[in-house]
Amino acid sequence: MKIIVLVKEVPDTWGERKLDLETGLADRAAGEVVLDEIGERALEVALAHADAHDGTEVVVMSMGPESAATTIRKGLAMGAASAVHIADPALAAADLGLTARTLAAAIRRSGFDLVITGNLSTDGSGGVIPAMLAELLGVPNATALSSVEIADGSVSGVRAVEGGTMRVNAPLPAVVSITEALPDARFPNFKGIMAAKKKPFETLGAADLDVEPEDLSVGWSIMTAVAEKPPRTAGTKITDDGDGGTRIAEFLIENRLV
Amino acid sequence: MHDLTDEEQQLYDMVCEFADTVVAPQAYEADRTHELSMDVVAQMGELGLFGLPFPEEVGGQGGDYMALCLAIEALARVDQSVAITLEAGVGLGAMPIFRHGTDEQKAEFLPDLVAGRALAGFGLTEPEAGSDAGATRTTAVLDGDEWVVNGSKQFITNSGTPITSFVTVTAVTGERTRPDGSTAKELSTIIVPNGTPGFTVGPGYDKSGWRASDTHPLTFDDVRVPAANLLGERGRGFANFLQALDEGRIAIAALATGAAQGCLDEALAYAKTRNVFGVPIASHQYIAFTIAGMQARVHTARLAWHDAARRADAGLPFKKEAAIAKLVSSDAAMLNARDATQIFGGMGFMNETTVARHYRDSKILEIGEGTNEVQLMVIARELGLAA
Ligand SMILES: Cc1cc2nc3c(=O)[nH]c(=O)nc-3n(C[C@H](O)[C@H](O)[C@H](O)COP(=O)(O)OP(=O)(O)OC[C@H]3O[C@@H](n4cnc5c(N)ncnc54)[C@H](O)[C@@H]3O)c2cc1C
Repeated sequence: MKIIVLVKEVPDTWGERKLDLETGLADRAAGEVVLDEIGERALEVALAHADAHDGTEVVVMSMGPESAATTIRKGLAMGAASAVHIADPALAAADLGLTARTLAAAIRRSGFDLVITGNLSTDGSGGVIPAMLAELLGVPNATALSSVEIADGSVSGVRAVEGGTMRVNAPLPAVVSITEALPDARFPNFKGIMAAKKKPFETLGAADLDVEPEDLSVGWSIMTAVAEKPPRTAGTKITDDGDGGTRIAEFLIENRLV
Repeated sequence: MHDLTDEEQQLYDMVCEFADTVVAPQAYEADRTHELSMDVVAQMGELGLFGLPFPEEVGGQGGDYMALCLAIEALARVDQSVAITLEAGVGLGAMPIFRHGTDEQKAEFLPDLVAGRALAGFGLTEPEAGSDAGATRTTAVLDGDEWVVNGSKQFITNSGTPITSFVTVTAVTGERTRPDGSTAKELSTIIVPNGTPGFTVGPGYDKSGWRASDTHPLTFDDVRVPAANLLGERGRGFANFLQALDEGRIAIAALATGAAQGCLDEALAYAKTRNVFGVPIASHQYIAFTIAGMQARVHTARLAWHDAARRADAGLPFKKEAAIAKLVSSDAAMLNARDATQIFGGMGFMNETTVARHYRDSKILEIGEGTNEVQLMVIARELGLAA
């Protein structure tokens, strides 16, 4: 069984995050970068399965700038057997469509039984890559799973929906995406960090994947304007002169917050 | 720090993440109740922290002393009690067995110690023998194929946890005659398993700091252990523990650096967000300079312990460097704890804040593993002075 887990370097979720207003991209130089937590959880799903099932091969795959290699290596330290890093300056401004086409090409090239991704990255927050991948790879897609069971030949899981849960099942090969409900990822230990140095780490460019970054025959999304979040305003202060509760309730009703 | 390899940096970052997410949230409660969290110890074991400086053949992680000290520094930023549990568990518990143990002793004790499933203490200090370890009064007499141990020890770390399996004690095993005809005590180290009849672990101390760390007085009343429990050569006890103490000083220096860093992080964040007289207190030059000074101390302390650890790992002499590192870093921790609590104002006096804990915890850094006066003695002697 070969499981490919998609991971991504993102600005530290707990740190200050900034947009580069020129390019509309996340400003990676503005603060610390980390492996996206949802990607780590996806990796944990794969590693937990590998721990219990001999013969499971876990590959981490990422598309991102060359500098992201260190972050991707953390996936190897946690226990993935190898890594594929698609790093190409020509892909720097890729939209969701080009990102999906590139990743699909790399996934097809590696071969896979199962692809596990997070449902949404904490930076771009497109949330459609898993579905696009499944479409491009021509395999079933189970999205937003809050639990995952991997069996021989199939994958199943639970998706929480408004007012209930759905059990879904798909034959392999397939693409699944997971939510924050899945457990925190393990910490890599020192042995893992040292071993990561010796694990296969493949770096690919668009040309290796026969992806044409400037292909104008397919649809593109174009960002027309970027604006920074307006700074927070002072807000409304309610001093309690005995009627504080009533006035808070009135404020909430007035602003349709209840 | 530019001297770290990629792997060392990753290790440090990983332990910082573990410290922030697993250790920090329980630190206040553990301190308040004087209770070491065995759950945290177990998780540290799973992470491989207790096996860091040991080779893979004995179940270790294949790292070195540098790696261990990086982990200790990262933990101490948020919880010195947890950091000292690791420091003593490895430096005083497992390391003497690894260094001086027989194959049988290693096979019996190391697997659980390096995995963090068991802890061990090292009992050197006695009511009448602290800085002057040569004044040891505890005795061990060979009776047939058993040692009979009598005496008492005090302030022994990790000696009474639910997973403590033994304490290595220093004891007088006889007298030896020096070449000049004078006599001296023959000191040896002996492994005494917890639970051996006559070996009593007294109640934990009511300490002012490191309250979640496990520390007990021990008494030995005709305690019989097999002759094979002698650790290392008979009469080499003194030399062996002096080596352990030299190394231990580097680890304490790393711990102190972590404490100083933790105080800096807290003070910096607080000063930027605390508004007094309508402005963040960080906008006052006095506060900014105070924090700048704290940063300078952290940096100096870190340089000092890195150098000592690198020397130790390279097999170079490091006695003086270890003493210097311990001296400057414990000063850095104390001064930074004082500055950080001052910057926090009244909040800094509340035990729930990390800085208040560092304020109480840091004092022992100037006392344990050789007092700072002893460090000055070591440095002076290395300079050829009669100290
Ligand atoms: C929390 C905690 C944990 C500990 N854990 C352990 C452990 O696991 N194992 C263990 O064996 N010990 C342990 N200790 C003991 C510790 O190492 C000793 O307390 C320390 O070595 C000092 O010894 P002492 O308390 O007897 O002080 P003393 O030796 O009585 O010293 C008193 C003062 O006199 C000064 N002084 C002494 N001689 C000189 C001199 N020649 N010149 C100038 N000044 C001098 C000292 O620096 C000190 O300021 C622990 C202590 C504490 C508090």
